Amino acid sequence: MDLEELLEIKETTQAKHQKKRKRVRCCTAAGCLSSGAKAVIDNLNTEVKHQNLTEEIEVTSVGCLRLCSQGPLIEIDPDDTLYQQVKPEQVVAIIDSLNGQQNRENLPQKTDLTHPFFAYQQPIVLENSGKIDPESIDDYISKGGYQQLRHVLLEMTPNDVTQEVTKSGLRGRGGGGYPTGVKWATVAKMPGQQKYVICNADEGDPGAFMDRAVLESDPHRVLEGMAIAAYAVGANHSYIYIRAEYPLAIKRLEKAIQQAKRYGLMGSQIFESPFDFKIDIRVGAGAFVCGEETALIASVEGKRGTPRPRPPYPAESGLWGDPTLINNVETYANIVPIIREGGDWYASIGTENSKGTKVFALTGNVENNGLIEVPMGTSIRKIVEEIGGGVPNQGTVKAVQTGGPSGGCIPAHLLDTPVEYDSLQKLGTIMGSGGMIVMDQDTSMVEIARFYMDFCQEESCGKCVPCRAGTVQLYDLLTKLIERKANQQDLDKLEALCQMVKDTSLCGLGMTAPNPVLSTLQYFREEYITLLQST
Amino acid sequence: METRTLNKKPQNHQKIDKRPDKRFKVIDITMKRNHYRQDALIEILHKTQEAFGYLEPDILEYVAHALKLPLSRVYGVATFYHLFSLKPSGEHTCIVCLGTACYVKGSDRILATLQQELGIQSGETTSDNQISLLSARCLGACGIAPAVVFDGEVTGKQTPENALKTIKIWQEEE
Repeated sequence: MDLEELLEIKETTQAKHQKKRKRVRCCTAAGCLSSGAKAVIDNLNTEVKHQNLTEEIEVTSVGCLRLCSQGPLIEIDPDDTLYQQVKPEQVVAIIDSLNGQQNRENLPQKTDLTHPFFAYQQPIVLENSGKIDPESIDDYISKGGYQQLRHVLLEMTPNDVTQEVTKSGLRGRGGGGYPTGVKWATVAKMPGQQKYVICNADEGDPGAFMDRAVLESDPHRVLEGMAIAAYAVGANHSYIYIRAEYPLAIKRLEKAIQQAKRYGLMGSQIFESPFDFKIDIRVGAGAFVCGEETALIASVEGKRGTPRPRPPYPAESGLWGDPTLINNVETYANIVPIIREGGDWYASIGTENSKGTKVFALTGNVENNGLIEVPMGTSIRKIVEEIGGGVPNQGTVKAVQTGGPSGGCIPAHLLDTPVEYDSLQKLGTIMGSGGMIVMDQDTSMVEIARFYMDFCQEESCGKCVPCRAGTVQLYDLLTKLIERKANQQDLDKLEALCQMVKDTSLCGLGMTAPNPVLSTLQYFREEYITLLQST
Repeated sequence: METRTLNKKPQNHQKIDKRPDKRFKVIDITMKRNHYRQDALIEILHKTQEAFGYLEPDILEYVAHALKLPLSRVYGVATFYHLFSLKPSGEHTCIVCLGTACYVKGSDRILATLQQELGIQSGETTSDNQISLLSARCLGACGIAPAVVFDGEVTGKQTPENALKTIKIWQEEE
């Protein structure tokens, strides 16, 4: 593969799409599939064939179209029409309308694309999502795919690449927010021939599905980002560690890897450079702790996913003791645009200490459930009330939970906080991988705290005592409260124990397990007090 | 290997007959494809569970032997991860998602209703071996919460009544 071939594929694919009069893009990401998208796309295909319209109308299966709660979704080019809750029997009416015959009664409801939900989004990571067929490498190439990999391999030194990433100010999107450029530079500096790159696609946070959407919508974007990272740090072998709960994402990744291999975009001497690169998929088996990098490495090695103390960090001694770079799916998905547009461009978006955009999975008691990508610094109020459309049925927002079990709840009066790594941390929560769950007035915060503690006690790997035993005790204390059997002493004990588990646990899971309790104690203490035994 | 096949499962007994068990072939092929590498243990257990439905101690022993791993290590891995099961599951499976988004939208009520109806706890199978009730930590289908998986099919926006209806249909099949 060389540049000319790449450009030729780009042009022929674009021409192929332009030849058609209309293009129907049907979302087949997991959310819409569960709502019945398969029957819709099947009907579309049959109907187009039946009416002899294959030359004029193209039906494509695409990735996430964002508004997951209203699926199945269909978008039509060039009309800029998005239909929601499409039923298989409405397909005929849709095709009729494409032929200029109006059959309004049977058409599904149109979504207002000028609604803040769409208008406020700024897609960088998701720029191809919903636009291209995730199972077609040609489609990805038609959007300029793999050109940045070529550019990097032939025109940049590994050091240039790392510097560009550093300049962009990108911070790890998995939750910790560690500067990506610094991490890359550390691994690049390490001596040794063998290095590894790992993509953390475990996404165990309940309420988060960004990584899933990215992998299901644009898998090549992640592969290209990983290849660029491998070149920058001097690795040639990489792993994607992905949750077994995401079968569609696994399938699309496998397909993408095969396609890239066939095109010579993976393997040896890519773009006739000395760079060799291969990717293997490792499927997880359901353990939240494996999102922690040292536990993840153990799992890739085929062992129980238990963490080990750091240092040494994986950057020094990771997979099989070799220097290893671990980044999250969304982090890798940001690399291609950073290389294409330059680090300065990326750094111009967002806030001073949190650059670029962030993808959030906005769910819970909110009108518009789905995937959004907004610049860092957008206020939570804007996300929840404008983009999300507020709580349904005139309800009020009580709290917004971010960061999953490692995060905390932001109370309603602090909704004007901008979304940034540091501002969220100040509120006692974290950005996490980007789950954002809205809770309405009827939610009991003590029960939510217990819900997370139940999760943590079950997911604790059991290696260290504070986490293994501490989470159980915390759960029991919370249960005692909820059953109105607790007194002030129990509440004090609860607080002290939270602090101890936080300070003494071995890994991130234990250290952050008490966060939901601490943050609800901070902002909703009165709910705990009212549950105390009256004596 | 055919002498140690799983004749414990009555419904499979006739199918197995006296011919060699094809399911072991699946494991063999997977191990070969992974060059009998010990770090591929989790992949191999996934395939094994796919073929057999669950991980019997006998099969774990078989895998341990082939990969030259101590049985303790294989057993340790098989019991560590939630997705591996050492017990056979029922004819039908129902997985209620207990992710946060599903939880705030009432999936705990769905689970409670089903537990009461079936008379079992989450993680158990009914005594007639018909329905296994499980819970998941997050399916990533939060946009359509609350989600329930009926026999591998993810369905969104469920209610206790809805879920109960599906279970009733299964029970009537019998």
